Order: sequence, then C-alpha cells, then structure tokens
Amino acid sequence: MNISITINGKLVTHDIEPRISLSHFLREHLDLTGTHIGCDTSGCGACTVTLDGQAVKSCTVLAVQADGSEVTTIEGMAQGDQMHPIQEAFREHHGLQCGFCTPGMVMTAADILKNNPNPTEEEIRHGLEGNFCRCTGYHNIVKSIQHAAEQMKA
Amino acid sequence: MGTFIGKPIKRREDARFLKGAGRYTDDIKLPKMTQSAFVRSPYAHAKIVRIDTTNARNMAGVVAIYTAEDGCGEYGVPCGWQVNFKNGETMREPKHPLLAKDKIRHLGEAVAIVIAETLEQARDAAEMVEVDYEPLPAVTDPQKAMDSGAPLVHDEWPDNAAFDWCIGNDRAEVEAALASAHHVTEMEYRNQRLAPNAIEPRSYIADYDVNAGKWTLYTSTQNPHLIRLLLCAFVLGIPEHKVRVLSYDVGGGFGSKIYHYTEEALLTWVSKEIGRPVKWTSDRSEAFLTDAHGRDHVVKSKMGFDKDGKIVAHLTDEYCALGAYLSTFAPAVPTYLHGTLFQGVYTTPLIHLNVTAPFTHTVAVDAYRGAGRPEATYLLERIISKAAKEMNMDPAEIRFKNFIPPFDGVNEPGYQTQVALQYDSGNYEAVLKRGLEMLGYEEFRKEQEEARRNGKLLGVGISTYIEGCGIAPSAVVGSLGARAGLYEVGAVRVQPTGKVSVFTGTHSHGQGHETVFAQFVADKLGIDMADVEIEHGDTDQVAFGMGTYGSRSLAVGGSAIIKSVEKVLEKGAKIAAHKLEAAEEDLEYAEGKWTVKGTDKSVSFGDVSLTAYVPHDYPEGLEPGLDFSSFYDPTNFTYPFGTHIAVVEVDSDTGKVHLKRFLACDDVGNVMNPMIVDGQIQGGVVQGVGQALLEEVVYDEVGQMLSGSYMEYAMPRADDVPMIETDRTVTPCPHNPLGVKGAGEAGAIGSTPAVVNAVVDALSHLGVTDIQMPLTPQRVWKAMHA
Repeated sequence: MNISITINGKLVTHDIEPRISLSHFLREHLDLTGTHIGCDTSGCGACTVTLDGQAVKSCTVLAVQADGSEVTTIEGMAQGDQMHPIQEAFREHHGLQCGFCTPGMVMTAADILKNNPNPTEEEIRHGLEGNFCRCTGYHNIVKSIQHAAEQMKA
Repeated sequence: MGTFIGKPIKRREDARFLKGAGRYTDDIKLPKMTQSAFVRSPYAHAKIVRIDTTNARNMAGVVAIYTAEDGCGEYGVPCGWQVNFKNGETMREPKHPLLAKDKIRHLGEAVAIVIAETLEQARDAAEMVEVDYEPLPAVTDPQKAMDSGAPLVHDEWPDNAAFDWCIGNDRAEVEAALASAHHVTEMEYRNQRLAPNAIEPRSYIADYDVNAGKWTLYTSTQNPHLIRLLLCAFVLGIPEHKVRVLSYDVGGGFGSKIYHYTEEALLTWVSKEIGRPVKWTSDRSEAFLTDAHGRDHVVKSKMGFDKDGKIVAHLTDEYCALGAYLSTFAPAVPTYLHGTLFQGVYTTPLIHLNVTAPFTHTVAVDAYRGAGRPEATYLLERIISKAAKEMNMDPAEIRFKNFIPPFDGVNEPGYQTQVALQYDSGNYEAVLKRGLEMLGYEEFRKEQEEARRNGKLLGVGISTYIEGCGIAPSAVVGSLGARAGLYEVGAVRVQPTGKVSVFTGTHSHGQGHETVFAQFVADKLGIDMADVEIEHGDTDQVAFGMGTYGSRSLAVGGSAIIKSVEKVLEKGAKIAAHKLEAAEEDLEYAEGKWTVKGTDKSVSFGDVSLTAYVPHDYPEGLEPGLDFSSFYDPTNFTYPFGTHIAVVEVDSDTGKVHLKRFLACDDVGNVMNPMIVDGQIQGGVVQGVGQALLEEVVYDEVGQMLSGSYMEYAMPRADDVPMIETDRTVTPCPHNPLGVKGAGEAGAIGSTPAVVNAVVDALSHLGVTDIQMPLTPQRVWKAMHA
C-alpha cells in the first residue's frame, strides 16, 4: 500500500506491506532507529511516538493507519544541537542509564506535559505507567519531568 | 575529592541516547545483510521425531534453513565454572547444542534457523517448518527434580543433580549447637524465579568477510572478550585473532547478557555458510523463554539464638535450579556467590549451607543483579527479623546485638568469616544508625501504634546487607572452579597532542563508564576531562577484558586503568626530568605539569606527550611513545554494605501493598560520581522491590510458561514506587587504588527483604509470620485471613 506520513515535519511517501507496524516502518524503512522496540505487547513503551499530537505505542499502530498523519519521533525533538527542554532535563537529572527506554520516556513526558503543564509527582507517575525503565527506578525520570515542567513554564 | 572525582558530573553518553542516536545492535544495518528467525519448541521436554523444511525452503526470500543435522557448532556452548560433587565426582556438564538434536529440554529451545532477505520473510518461512514432537513429562521445580522417578533432563545420568555442595562449619557441630540453642527460628520458602528483562532484547549480527577470512560479531553483551574466547576456542573452533566482537550500546544487562548464548555462536557459523551478514533480534516472547533467568532456590533454614538474642548457629539446605543446560556462570551463583555471604554482617560462630543443584526442564539460570547474594541476604534478613519478633525483640536491636564490630582493614585486620571470605572493611552499626535516623524510627513506631488503633496496617522493614563485588583474585577463583581469570585490563594511550584515549575491558550498559572513568583519569593526570575519551566494547582495541558484572567495573577495571596511568606518569617523569635537566626525584607532578620542587621550572603534560612521540631531544635508551596497557588482578573481593528500610501500608480490604517510603543508607567505599551511585542504588532498589511485590516466572506442571509477556510478568512501573531516599557512609576499600567497592547490585540485594519484612511487620498483630514472594494482593489477603 502507498502511504504518506509527515514525520518530524517532513512528508514521507512509501509503498509498504499492510502488516508492517509503525515502529518497524520507522526503524527499518526510514532508519529512524531512535524509536526502540522492547516488547510485542505494547507493554514497555520504548516505542512511544506522537501521532497527530497523541502519544502512541508505535508497535501496535500499523504504518498504514498513520497514513495522512503527523508523527513525531525522538529524532524530531531536538532542534539541531539544541535539545528540547525535556531532553535537557533528563540529562540534568540523570533520568537515563542504559538509554534504551529513554526515547519512549521523553515522548511520553512530552505528552504528559502537553496535557498537564503543572503535574504533581503522582500525576507524572501515573502518566508514566505505560513505560518500563529497568535501570533508574523512575526516581530521576520523575525528577527530570518535574524540572522540565518548570523550565517549559519559564 | 579532586577536580572531577566525587563530583556529580553530567554524563557524556546522554546526548546520543536522548536524541535517539544510540547505536544498539538492532540499529545497525550492514550491506547485503540477511535476517533470521528461529523455530522453537512449544514443549518443555519432547523427542524430535521429524523436521521437514521442504515447504519453508520454497517460501519467498528464503536464503537458507539450518537444523542440527547441518553440523553447526558440534562442541556446544560451554559452562564457565565447575563445581564438583561433595564426594569429588565431577560436575555433570551436558553438551548444549546450538540447535536441538533428537531431544528438547526446555520450552523455546531452538530447532531450526531460517535465513531470509527480510524479517517478515524469515518469520513466515519459520512458521512453515514442520516439526513432529513426541511430548514427554517435564520437571521444572528444583526440589521435585530430585525426587526419585522425576523425569530426567539428561538421560545419561541416573538423576537430575548437576552437583551438590556445602560450605561452612561441620554440619554435626552446627546441628548440635541448634539443638542446645535457647531459641530456634525456622523458615521454608522459595526465592522465586525471575526474568531479568533488560528492556533491550538480545540482538546479534554476524558478518563473515570472505576475502579477509575474518568475522565481526555485533552483540548485545556485557563481556565482549569473553564471548570471543568462548565462541572461538570452545564452540566453533575458529581462530580468535580473526574474530572481532563489538558491543556498542547495550540496553541493560542485569546479568542476563553475560551468558554466551547459542544464537551468538549459530549466527557466526551461519554467516560463513551463506557468505553474508545475518541479524537476529529477540522479541520479548523469545526473551522470556530463552534469556537466562535468575534465583529459583527452594530454601529450608534454621537459625539458633542464645537468651540474649545472639546468633549461635545457622543451618540451611537449598535446592537451586540450574535449568536444562549450564549457563556461563550458573554453577557459581548458588555456591560461591551465595554461600560465601552467609556470614552477613553478623558474628554467627557456626554456619553450614548445603546446596543441591539439579537440572530442570526450564531455561538456564545465570547471574541476575546480585547473583546469589540477594538470595543469601533475603534469607539472613528475613530470618533475623522473624527471630526478633519471636523473641519479642526489636528488629534493630537484634541486629545491633549481632553486628561484627567496625574495622577499617588497615589498622584493624579484615574480618575472617566462617564461610571462606575475609571482609575488607566495614562499619555496619553506622549505616543502621543512620538509616534509623533517616526514618525517625522511634517516632515511626508510635505512628504505627496509632495507625493500628485506627485500623490501618502500617509496617516497617529493616535489612542490613553486605555483598561481595569484584570477585578475585584469579588464583582463588580458579581454585573454586572458575575456568577464567577475574582480572581486568585497562590501557591508556596518550596521543602526541596530550589527548588521552583510555581502553577498558569492562563494558558500560547504563553504568556511565564513559563519564566516570574519564573523571578519575583526568584527575590523576591533572588534565581536563574533555581531553580524555573512554573506549569500550571492541575486542580489537584492548588486549582482553572480563567485562561488566558483579559490580566489578570500577573496583577492578578502574584499578587496571590507574595502573596504566601510573606507568604513563612514571615514564613521563623521565622525559620531564630530561627536558628540565633535573633529577627525577626532584620533580613533583601536579595540575598537569612536572615542576622542579621549590622552583618555577616546569614542563606540561602536553609537552612531555609531544616529546614522547617526537623524541629528538630525548632520554638516552628510553623508548618513544606514551602508551601502556595493564592487567589488574585484585587481592580480594570488595564488600559494600548498607541498611535499607521500607515503610508500607497494606490495604486491609484487598491486601495490596503500598510502598510508602524507601530509605537506603549504603556504603560503597569512595564515590567517584555521587549522581551515578545514587542512580545505581535507586534502580537496584526498585528491581529488588519488583522481586518482593510483583515478579515471578511461573512454569506449569508440563513446563509451559504462564508468565511469558508483560501482561503476566509484572515489573515495577513508575506508580508502584515512591522516591528512593538515599544517604551514605564512606568506608574506603583498603586494597584498591581508588578505595572503591561497587554500587551496581547493592540496591537489588538490600531492598527485597526490607519490603517483605515491612509487610510482615504490618500484619504481625494478625499472626502473620511469613508470606511467599511475590507479595501479590491475593497472597497478602490470604495470609491476613489464614
């Protein structure tokens, strides 16, 4: 099937098999390997991207379902060398260790803050419950998002 | 503290990870690369009657299909540690074939590999491979595996034991002391099987270069050199100097990426057969079935006390599952990494542990964060808290009563345990005191009483752990059965411009070596951190390396780098003396320059570096260059310790445990980067909380896995845990140059019993004395209503 998706602000047109997931399409066909695949059941959240402004797990969205949509991946967050405030906050607060869950965490954090610019710790934790991190114990991820919220208000 | 040492320097690895520009194995694409998929057994134990690949071979895009008949890796995957039976009989060591031949011994064992142009084509064709199995009865429980008449995992032996083992004092002596003890506390439970679940699934690419006759293996491993050695010398019999193993970014390991897996070797073999690169990346279902698991001990234990609450003896018998085949470190985990910690932080005079380690129709068990030490700590910290309750003592008081007194390992000697080890340095009272202060323990007890009066179930649990990191020296571990040394390699290459490349045989998969190692190298050389680059994960760049596990990277790998730094400075001083026309002994080195003492005559590190490579005016007889590689073999393990305290509230209607607070006061020796140490502790704590409350791999009676996805295997999510409150004391390690002990596993070792102790404490007035992990709401509710 032919699909057209605007990915990180660029229109991409591709002929792909209907069974290909969005995550697989991003990684294998567009070499956007920042979107990671950690499970088969939308359980881990490593593949989180935004689809028309909503955070989705790209392993359980078919690429053809994203036809005509706008997708932002982790590669679309920084402006050149200028990292997004959420990315900066993760660096500042050691919100990552092995880095594998990180793209999904950043994209989810963006979604949390878009819907709620002043989240409480509880709201942040609730917002992150679809994303596994096995390294950090979430402590510094939560702190990073709290810090990002402050920075983005300023 | 130096300019960089001891500071919370932000990590240099973060930018690439945050931008999605990490280089994990599955991110790599090579020209002409093929994809692969495995055909795996749906049974835990079965005869393979027939494999027919005819239809699969005709599928679109298929390049090749291989089964055991094709003769891949005939020697099988070896085990890295030998533990013989108590009677001297050699450990039973089955051949672990790359693809199953004739018989299946665990669910998910690979029967065939399909290579195709695309992943979809490989998976489609794998589904068309026809395999007829004759299912057989299976045994997955380590105790049942030793029952007479239990299904045999390997037919060549009369029972399922791989070995048995014991450590400590004479059993009869321990039994006698228990018989005459004032009080004996008993426990029987299972330290349940866990799946490590690094979020990056295992991934490999093998690339055989036909013209050069060389292989490159990209692999998500914690120990690239070890993989190369095992692969070349044991599995495939290919020349080691023609194999390069690369592990760039690895998305977590937790022990599960130590094991040299069959897929790594098979892909390496396949790549030569097809003359093209081949990739395989596990999916999560395969990961649950084939990644090495952790724990799985069935435990029966007795601890005896005198009337004052002093421990007089400790006797434990365990059945420890090994799985169908022996993983790289499997035999070491329930023995030398476990029994040697049975002293804990207590003066127990008599200890005996007996271990029976059987094969089971399950995937192999291997090291998982803490590897043997969490199992030991769980037992000690639960049983001492249980004893306190039985003897009407406070759990803190009974610990203070039994602590080994403080010793620094310099002025006071190390502490010789009853179970073979000599602790390096420790101050166990100090961490418990601090932990209790952090909580406000006495006020909490009042709050708890008040809460109980109001029908609330509030509890506090204490755990005072010790662990052994950086296991060594090589001669000792060799005498205990290790088939490898446990030293580390660190190389320092000073470039002509004074920029420094450091090569380590350890591997960073989240620990932040690129930052931390640069911190101490820059400080020791008195140069800017930006002038130091850390390289790891490439067997072509450093002589050898044992990799990263057992919290060894800084204590062992860091020490090897320090040795090379010292050699650089020693040679640099000769060059500097020549340039300054002074005697070497008249020079001092500080802030990146050699100065003639008492003068302002100096020469910088950069000048000396350049001179070493442009040796026109140079000391006679001195070799040019500033490039050193060192092997460091420690004289002892290191022994971090700490106190972990959990505060929980149990929902009286549902039995759900709410972890309200978690406090950790750890002592990991000197700290290079407090931000990273705290991060390691916080992450480890939450993994330990996972074992206490949520996680368990469950196999049913026939060896099917009931917990094979994230729908069934519960791991801690952000809303399951609070902020982790950390503090530390510092008792330097007396035997390594940085005085460091290791921080990677401490969190996971200390936290599990603290949480379970807290839940039991919350319910103690209801008569609850123990609950089997994980403490699911159902189990807690049942315990409350028993």
